[in-house]
Amino acid sequence: MTDWRPLATVAQLQYRAQLLGLVRGFFAERQIVEVQTPVLTQHSVTEADVQSIRVEDYGYLQTSPEYQLKRLLAAGMPSCYQLGPAFRHGEQGRLHNPEFTMLEWYRLDFDHLQLMFEVADLVDKVLGPQPYQRLTYAELVGPVDRRPRDELDLAFADACASLSPGRFFITDYPADQASLARLNSDGTSAARFELVVDGVEIANGYWELTDVDEQRRRFDRDNATRQARGLPRMALDEAFLQALAAGLPNCAGVALGFDRLAMLAMGANDLNQTLAFRGT
Amino acid sequence: MATYSTNEFRSGMKVMLDGDPCNILENEFVKPGKGQAFNRVKMRNLMNGRVWERTFKSGESIEAADVIDLDMEYLYSDGEFWHFMKTDDSYEQVAAGSAAIAECQNWLKEQDVYQVTLWNDDPIAVTAPNFVELEVTETDPGLKGDTANGGTKPATLSTGATIKGVPLFINIGDVLKVDTRTGEYVSRAKT
Repeated sequence: MTDWRPLATVAQLQYRAQLLGLVRGFFAERQIVEVQTPVLTQHSVTEADVQSIRVEDYGYLQTSPEYQLKRLLAAGMPSCYQLGPAFRHGEQGRLHNPEFTMLEWYRLDFDHLQLMFEVADLVDKVLGPQPYQRLTYAELVGPVDRRPRDELDLAFADACASLSPGRFFITDYPADQASLARLNSDGTSAARFELVVDGVEIANGYWELTDVDEQRRRFDRDNATRQARGLPRMALDEAFLQALAAGLPNCAGVALGFDRLAMLAMGANDLNQTLAFRGT
Repeated sequence: MATYSTNEFRSGMKVMLDGDPCNILENEFVKPGKGQAFNRVKMRNLMNGRVWERTFKSGESIEAADVIDLDMEYLYSDGEFWHFMKTDDSYEQVAAGSAAIAECQNWLKEQDVYQVTLWNDDPIAVTAPNFVELEVTETDPGLKGDTANGGTKPATLSTGATIKGVPLFINIGDVLKVDTRTGEYVSRAKT
């Protein structure tokens, strides 16, 4: 029972196109450069909870353009963004698809708090203005100490889903969830934020780590976690590490799930209403 | 032993949980962007009908349950077991215990076809069709001429079940169409 027809209606897809234009207009107004980096790359992320789709003979479909955008910034590119496909192995559901559209942008001389304001401006433009509340990670999921990571992840997912309708910035992530963010001056929390809109995780941002030695240590730690879980080790992206060594300027960056934002803009609750097709 | 991994979960899939066969009703993939992935699964325990919600780490596997639904004809009861026969001309029979027929006991009529759920070839549940036709064995005398308006009365059917909402014009010996999901009178069966 193959159904050839698209998942979303033609009107929904036209609306999606309008939103893509709106987003590009937002960045054009602010003189943020649109860049395109490869989707098919030799290296991919080390993170133990993000699985890349392997492409025989070539490498991987990228899970985010992060490493490549940072290489551009290190080479002198001003604030820039990429709007295009990203891929995650095994993520499929109402709010997930292995192929999705990611909007990722970097702002020179911003920290994560300044970038939160810009994220709010963009979201206001797409969804209409609304107030934003700020919650720390611990306020959202409760005390973090000595709770295993999987328990925290589940508590986080449950807490996000049960937040009242509205827009929430979650900040002050535990240091071991810093990913590619620098640590706050307290040394125990990460300069990282996420935006949750009506219970749906929309965006994840960092005040970017620029210390190449710390970055390499985190990659090694990721690979140790991978090994412990029986996942393949990922070869380190040395080009990215070299760019950090050459000097990544002070910047903040954020990745935003465009499909989810479009879904919310339509008042929908399933990505199907924003997608032409699910390819797999 | 067959197993299903979380990424194979679909609604309608039969799996084993805590020793009981269950039917997956809903399966939601849950994952924080930078966190571990989970499947939040709602399932009905086929032994007791209770709905459970469980969260599995994505990638976990659970055992498949050897459960199938078969259309079978009800033959008779010997007081301890209720006997059903396959409708595929094999004349194969199974004997269901009182727990399996508890849900549909009120609607069991010989020679009618029911859905029998077999787990490892044992009947664990018998489901009545949505509508059955049963004869009235006991009710207050019918009121002539009252075909539309007026009140209702209870009636006892050949299975021993008592249903409410029966129009006053119905008599003993009439055959009624009953909705087994609500236990309510639908109409007088056409004869």
